[in-house]
Amino acid sequence: MSQEQEKNYLENGEGFASWFFTVDHKRIGIMYLWAIGVFFIIAAIASFLVRFEHLTPGQTIISAHTYNVLFTLHGSMMVFLFIVPGVAASFGNFLIPLMIGAKDVIFPKLNLYSFWLYLFGAAVFMIALAAPADTGWTFYTPYSIESGANVILITFGIFILGFSSILTGINFIVTMHKLRAPGMTWDRLPLFCWAAYATSLLQVLATPVVGITLLLLIGERYFGLGFFDPARGGDPVLFQHFFWFYSHPAVYIMILPAMGIISEVMPVFSRKPIFGYKAIAYASLAIALISFLVWGHHMFVSGQSKLINVIFSVITYAVAVPTAIKVFNWLWTLYKGSIELSTAMLYSLAFIFLFTIGGLTGLFLGALAADVHLHDTYFVVAHMHYVMIGGTVFGFFAALHFWYPKMWGRMFDEFKAKIAFVLIFIGFNVIFFPQFILGTLGMPRRYFNYAPEFQSLHQLSTYGTWIGAAGFILMLWTLMRPLPGKAPGNPYRSLSLEWSMDSPPGTFNFDEIPTITEPVYNYGTKIEEES
Amino acid sequence: MNWLPTSASTFAPGVDFVLWLVTIISVISCILIGFLLVYFVIKYRRKSDNDQTPAITHDSFLETLWTVIPTILCIVIFIYGYVFYDQYTTTPKNAVEINVTAKQWLWTFDYSNGKKTLNELYVPIDQPIRLVMQSDDVLHSFFVPAFRVKQDLMGNRYTYINFTATKEGVFDIYCTEYCGTAHSNMLGKVHVLSKEKFASWEDGSAKKVQKASSNLPPAEVGRQLYSDKGCVACHSIDGADGVGPTWKGLFGKNRIFADGTSILADENYIKESILYPGEKILEGYGPVMPSYKGLLEDSDITAIIEYIKSLK
Amino acid sequence: MGFFDVTSKVLKSIAYPSEMVPSIDTEDDGHHHFDHETEHSGAKLGMWLFLATELLLFGGLFAAYAIYRAKYPDMFQHGSQNLNVVLGTVNTVILIFSSLTVAIAVKAIQENRIKLVKIMLWITIICAAIFAVNKYFEYSYKFNLGIFPGTDIFYSIYFAATGVHMLHVFIGMAVLGVLLRKVYKGKYSKDNYTAIEIGGLYWHLVDLIWIYLFPLLYLVG
Repeated sequence: MSQEQEKNYLENGEGFASWFFTVDHKRIGIMYLWAIGVFFIIAAIASFLVRFEHLTPGQTIISAHTYNVLFTLHGSMMVFLFIVPGVAASFGNFLIPLMIGAKDVIFPKLNLYSFWLYLFGAAVFMIALAAPADTGWTFYTPYSIESGANVILITFGIFILGFSSILTGINFIVTMHKLRAPGMTWDRLPLFCWAAYATSLLQVLATPVVGITLLLLIGERYFGLGFFDPARGGDPVLFQHFFWFYSHPAVYIMILPAMGIISEVMPVFSRKPIFGYKAIAYASLAIALISFLVWGHHMFVSGQSKLINVIFSVITYAVAVPTAIKVFNWLWTLYKGSIELSTAMLYSLAFIFLFTIGGLTGLFLGALAADVHLHDTYFVVAHMHYVMIGGTVFGFFAALHFWYPKMWGRMFDEFKAKIAFVLIFIGFNVIFFPQFILGTLGMPRRYFNYAPEFQSLHQLSTYGTWIGAAGFILMLWTLMRPLPGKAPGNPYRSLSLEWSMDSPPGTFNFDEIPTITEPVYNYGTKIEEES
Repeated sequence: MNWLPTSASTFAPGVDFVLWLVTIISVISCILIGFLLVYFVIKYRRKSDNDQTPAITHDSFLETLWTVIPTILCIVIFIYGYVFYDQYTTTPKNAVEINVTAKQWLWTFDYSNGKKTLNELYVPIDQPIRLVMQSDDVLHSFFVPAFRVKQDLMGNRYTYINFTATKEGVFDIYCTEYCGTAHSNMLGKVHVLSKEKFASWEDGSAKKVQKASSNLPPAEVGRQLYSDKGCVACHSIDGADGVGPTWKGLFGKNRIFADGTSILADENYIKESILYPGEKILEGYGPVMPSYKGLLEDSDITAIIEYIKSLK
Repeated sequence: MGFFDVTSKVLKSIAYPSEMVPSIDTEDDGHHHFDHETEHSGAKLGMWLFLATELLLFGGLFAAYAIYRAKYPDMFQHGSQNLNVVLGTVNTVILIFSSLTVAIAVKAIQENRIKLVKIMLWITIICAAIFAVNKYFEYSYKFNLGIFPGTDIFYSIYFAATGVHMLHVFIGMAVLGVLLRKVYKGKYSKDNYTAIEIGGLYWHLVDLIWIYLFPLLYLVG
């Protein structure tokens, strides 16, 4: 064993340069994790202020303009700096080579450049806050053309971030094609990798569309190109088509990796193979493919034709079915298992329940008659947060806890972490469930002011942010204060490759590339094939 | 508590049916999944580190069941969603057209008899109405929760809403496509009147249809107009800064304009600002205010002036 | 590390990435280096995926073209007639020719004919430069006539599409330039030519996009 192999990846090389210029996928993943964590907190504070403002109708603590800036900041920072890169860039980078039995990704330097591009894009985005945009994260024209804010800078920052996503996606796809260990056939690939693969396809194929959309928006503002401006012969609805052609697949970029996490955690803490491995793998690909065909369901009342609306509504229901299949597969993994309620498992179980609510409320919105009433109301806000927080963020928190020993070589206090989980779970539901009611009652979204009859629901929702914030702070506190002592290599007795070496791993992951001879979730002692 | 607004149009029952349908399906699904989650977690909780677990990876019956049933439910929901939507988007033959124009941050309605109203839409009950809508500037969206109707408005083409009101009363209009700073104050009201009352409103024989406001002091009338006519969107009454200058303490003060001139704010100044807002732009503000010429009667303007006077 | 140390390190690492990898040497370390065949086929797959993203990027522009041409057919006919077909044709021929030369360069390196590689890469880059100069003339002519992006929708499409394309020509020139410099340094041979092959692929895409743009913009009238 060489000198480098005796130090783990955290110890191998000290100082800023050894991190900033690393090509080790694990270090890059950790750096992404810290970066997205910082932006998550900033964007969450923005939403905390937004909700605080809603304690009373009319002005509570901020002006209407500041309110509009804050919800724009919250949305765009959460989407482009946290959740789209999110799980894939952090956990994907850290885990994929470990899970497939490789020493690194196939393009390690490109990986580093992707991270630098992320930082560069984030920097441009932050500079744009000097004259912050108040357009909403969707930048609809004509308002985004005429608004006096730094729209050009913020959209250019997002454009650069898109490059980071694309290059990471390319890296993951090629890595999974070329670097799987001998014997790791596609049907032995861990489901987190399947999820990352589907996500990467979306990153590669969808992101360029938002790239050109934002470039053309910049062209509108700078040159007056006119494509999206009715005053110049253009069509504002065309902007919406361009924008949502990316942004709908983007929401699957957001959720698929989190689904992959659940597929990894459930077998370990049920001691059973994942139920319906192939169904989950194919469903992931099906969801990715169909996601390109449903963008128009964001535009049912935009003025597009009835026929188009009908087509998009039909296809939207098609994407619901593979999603439902996955939920049942996860659920049935528990059947006759030996279940341990670790913190990671709690977040995963909560994911299943909350994501189900989020997904079911999507059925409301896909129905044409219902969407006429619910579009652009708080119902949509609640729906999206159930899938993005109840789904992605809960999956992300599950991952933080599950792979914690592997990443840091330490264990954390499970008891405190579970208290934090309970607070976060309760807080989240108190924030967002009332918002479904606000929506069905007709309360529009992006509203600084509101009619007094909505006040009690708004106040309830705001109280939830205080509970959730307390839980989040406790979670961070617990994770930042690991228990003394070194973590074992495989504390949860997982059969997955990333657990087969020391915690933390050495820089090159494996002394020798393993050969795979068994299915990936080989838990359980007897095969019970029920017909 | 009530989770739906009052149902006041012919479209609303269809929408509510779909909402109820999906709610019931969702509640049953959530209870089922929630129950199974909790039940499995308790029944199959770990008893020892060496628990024997069966390696179950498939179950054709279950997998078929949970593929087919969601598919059928989705088809059913789609169909009902479509059927009612189809009715909504089919213009009835005897529909009366009203033109709607949206601009930052108010609504104007033009009726076929030449009448024009600001932020208040008057329609008779049980009469199919077709709104022909357009925006003067950015995207807006016309939303009446009680009717369950909504449609975006844009600058390069007309869009339409069909509705038939089924209840007399006053119902909220919201703008529901984010349109800038005062988006949440771009409010209006639909007044659904009986056929008789509507006829008298239409030919002008009714003075003020909302209340017996001729008995109210002008400043009170002005206070109502401040909300109803949308002044609230841009002008505060408590000194807070907004899109436009605050009305608090405005009357009788010296106003300094962008071109350096100044004037004492009296009744004439206020009236000119309402009808010809571009004439004198206050220092620090832009030429944003639309004109209310033709949208407010002289008595309205007088009432507003009296109200402003009362805001010391 | 001081600010200037870090800055110079960053600049160096971008210019000379293979020299800047502390403690993990991807060139000679047997532990980390992936076998040549894997790297080669992986790089090609990666480049094809990247080309797919470029197609989608331009796809948006082509979609805008189709929608607005259907909406304003006369404006498009009129605008197209005002474009310089001669210059456009010359540019098309130049670009197609440059695709040929870069393809020859790829074949040449596979046969270790270094001198031929250099000549072909030089010609490709010069062709790209001529293309750029022609476009400069075209644009200035239009500007002098008071025609700018935003003058009308057709010209907006024209400037946006050819502008984004021109940006890719510049990127291609830079890529080919870096490859050429490395050829001079002796970095490539018949056993190590992946970079030239994928650089060539990129250049072919730049050419292909123009082949679609040219008739749609110049030959409509």
